[in-house]
Amino acid sequence: MDLVGLLAFNVVAGIATLVLITLGLGVIYGMMRVINLAHGEFMMLGAYTAVTAVDAGINIWVAMLVLPPVLVGLIGLLLERTLIRFLYGRIIDTMLATWGVSLGLIGLTTTIFGNMVRAVPVPVGGFAIGRYGASLFSLVIIAAAIAGLVGMLALLRLTKFGLILRATMQNPNMAAALGVSPPTIYMATFALGSALAGLAGGVLAPVSGISPSMGAAYISRAFITVLGGGPAIITGTGLASSLFGTINSLVSFETTPVIGDVALLAAAILMIRLLPQGITGRFLRRSL
Amino acid sequence: MKIDPRWAGFLVMVALGLLLMFGLPQVLDLFGLVQMTVFVAMAMFALSQGFLWGYGGIMSFGQAAFFGLGGYAYAIAVINLGDSTLPVVIAVAVPVVFAALLGYFMFYGRISDAYIGVITLTVSVILFELVNSTSGDAYHIGAAQLGGFNGIPGVPPLNMPGDSSSPLDPGQMWYAAVGSLIMVYIVLRAILASRFGRVVVAIRENETRAMLIGYDPRFYKLLTFMIAAGVAGLAGCLFTNWGGFISPTVFSLTMSAQVIIFVLVGGLGTLLGPMIGAVGIEYLITIAGSQHLVDANLGLGIVLVAFVLLVPQGVVPLIRDKVLPFAKLVPRQSKPIPTGAEVPR
Repeated sequence: MDLVGLLAFNVVAGIATLVLITLGLGVIYGMMRVINLAHGEFMMLGAYTAVTAVDAGINIWVAMLVLPPVLVGLIGLLLERTLIRFLYGRIIDTMLATWGVSLGLIGLTTTIFGNMVRAVPVPVGGFAIGRYGASLFSLVIIAAAIAGLVGMLALLRLTKFGLILRATMQNPNMAAALGVSPPTIYMATFALGSALAGLAGGVLAPVSGISPSMGAAYISRAFITVLGGGPAIITGTGLASSLFGTINSLVSFETTPVIGDVALLAAAILMIRLLPQGITGRFLRRSL
Repeated sequence: MKIDPRWAGFLVMVALGLLLMFGLPQVLDLFGLVQMTVFVAMAMFALSQGFLWGYGGIMSFGQAAFFGLGGYAYAIAVINLGDSTLPVVIAVAVPVVFAALLGYFMFYGRISDAYIGVITLTVSVILFELVNSTSGDAYHIGAAQLGGFNGIPGVPPLNMPGDSSSPLDPGQMWYAAVGSLIMVYIVLRAILASRFGRVVVAIRENETRAMLIGYDPRFYKLLTFMIAAGVAGLAGCLFTNWGGFISPTVFSLTMSAQVIIFVLVGGLGTLLGPMIGAVGIEYLITIAGSQHLVDANLGLGIVLVAFVLLVPQGVVPLIRDKVLPFAKLVPRQSKPIPTGAEVPR
C-alpha cells in the first residue's frame, strides 16, 4: 500500500515536471507556430540564473522562482526583436535559426562558466509515505506546475490581454483590422514563453545537474509532449503530460530512468502516428 | 558536338574529385592526409543530408542517427567477423532497414514536415541515450563491448576485400574514402537523372500535383529517406575507420546540427554545396578547436544564424546565380534552383 502511494506520488511529480518543461514551448508553438529549438537552452539559462543567484547569497526561493523567469523573459524578448521576427511563417528557417541560437548559448555558457556540472541545494527536506521517504521538493514542482497551468488558463480566459492573444492566434489579419498590432502580441507571447522556460529551469535547478549542455535532455521531451498535446495549448499540455509522464514514471520505476525516457519518446512517436493532430486535435477541440 | 553545361558540370566534378584523390597525397604529408580523410567522411554525411533535404524536400533533424548506426554497425560487425568486407555492407544495410521502419511510420502516417523534423530529432536522442547507457560488461553484441559513454575503442580498420590479414594503411584509407565519395556522388547524380529522381523532385516541388498525376509520394519519400540513410551509414563507417573509435557522440544533436549547417552553408538543392560546406566548416572547426578562448559551439551557432538570415540559399547557388552571371562566365539562368529533373536525357 505504501508502495502504491509512493508510486502515485512519483507519477504525479513526473507529470508536473513534464508540464513545467513543456508549457513555455507550447505557448510559443501554439500561438505562433514557431518551433523554438533553443527552449532547452532557455531552461539552462534559467538554471544558471538560479545557481549564480544562490551563490551570490540571494534567498533561494527568489533565486529559483523570481529571477529566472524575469531574466530569461528579457533574453527571449531581445531574441524575438533581433532574430525571430524576421522569420515568421518560415517554420523550417525558424527551427534552424533557433537551433543556431541554442548552439550559440551552449557555447557562450561554456565559455563563461566552463564545462562542468554545478548544483543548487534542495531547499526543503523529505517526508514519509508509510515506510518510504519522499522528497518534499516534488511538492514544490507540483505546485509550480499547477500554478503555471492555472495561471496561463486564467490569463487566456479571464483577461483582456488573453482575449487579444487568442484572437491574434485565430486570425491575425482580422485582429490587426480591429486595431491590434500582431507583431507586438507575438513579441509578448515569445517573451512569455521564454519566461515560462526560465521558470522551469529555475524550479528544476535543484533536481538537475546544471551544465551548459543540459538543455538537450529536455528539448525532445518538451517537443514531443507539445506535439502530442495538439492545438489546444493548455489542455493539450496537461493531457499529454499526464499520459507521457505516467508512462515515463512507471517504466522508470520498473527499469532505469533512461529506459523510462526511451519509453516516453517511443510512446509519443506511436501516438503521433495514431493521432497526427495530437490529443486535442481529436478530442476536446473547443478547449484552450 | 555541344556538351550540355549540366553534364559538363558533372564531368568536371568527377575529374576534380579524381584529381584531388591522386593529387593531394603528393602535396600533403600523412597527417594532413589523415585529417582530410575525416573531412571526406563528413562530406559524404553532408551529401546524405543534401540529397534528402535539397532534392527530397524532407527535413531530417536527426540524420546523425543513421550516421551513428552505420558507424556502430561497422564497429560491432568487424570486431565479431574480423574481415571488413561484410561489415561495410552491414554498415549500409542497418541504417537503411532502420530508415525503412521509421520512414514507414512517418510518411505513411502523413505527418507534416515540421513533425518529421521533430521525430527524427527525437529518434537520434533516443539512440544517444540508449547507447550512452550501455556501459558495463553486461552490454555486448558478440565479442564487441558497447562501452556506453566511452564508446568502442580499437575498431579494426578496413582491409583489402576478402583478405583480413592486409589492413589499409592511412594513405590507402584516403583513396578508399575519396573513391567511395566519388562513387556516392555518381550514384546520387544517376538517381536524380533517372525517372525516380524526377518524381522525387516533382514531389518536393508540389506534392499534391505529383499525387494527382498518379505517383504515391509516401513511397517515393520513403525510398529517398532510405537512400539517404544508406549514404549516412557509409559515411559513419568511414568516420569510425578514420579514428578506429566510435562513441555515442556520433548520435548527438551537435552532429545532426553540423550536417544541416554544412548543407545550408554550401547550398540547398545542390550536391556540390553540401560537400564544400562540410570541408569548409570542418576546416574552420579545426582552426577554432586549436584555440581555447571561445567554445566551438558558439561559432557554429553564429554561422548558422547568420546564414539563415543573410544567405539562406547558401554559397554555391549564390556564386552560380549571382557571381558567375555577373562576371559573364555563364549565362544567367531563369530558374533559381536547378533540379535533377532538368538534367537532359
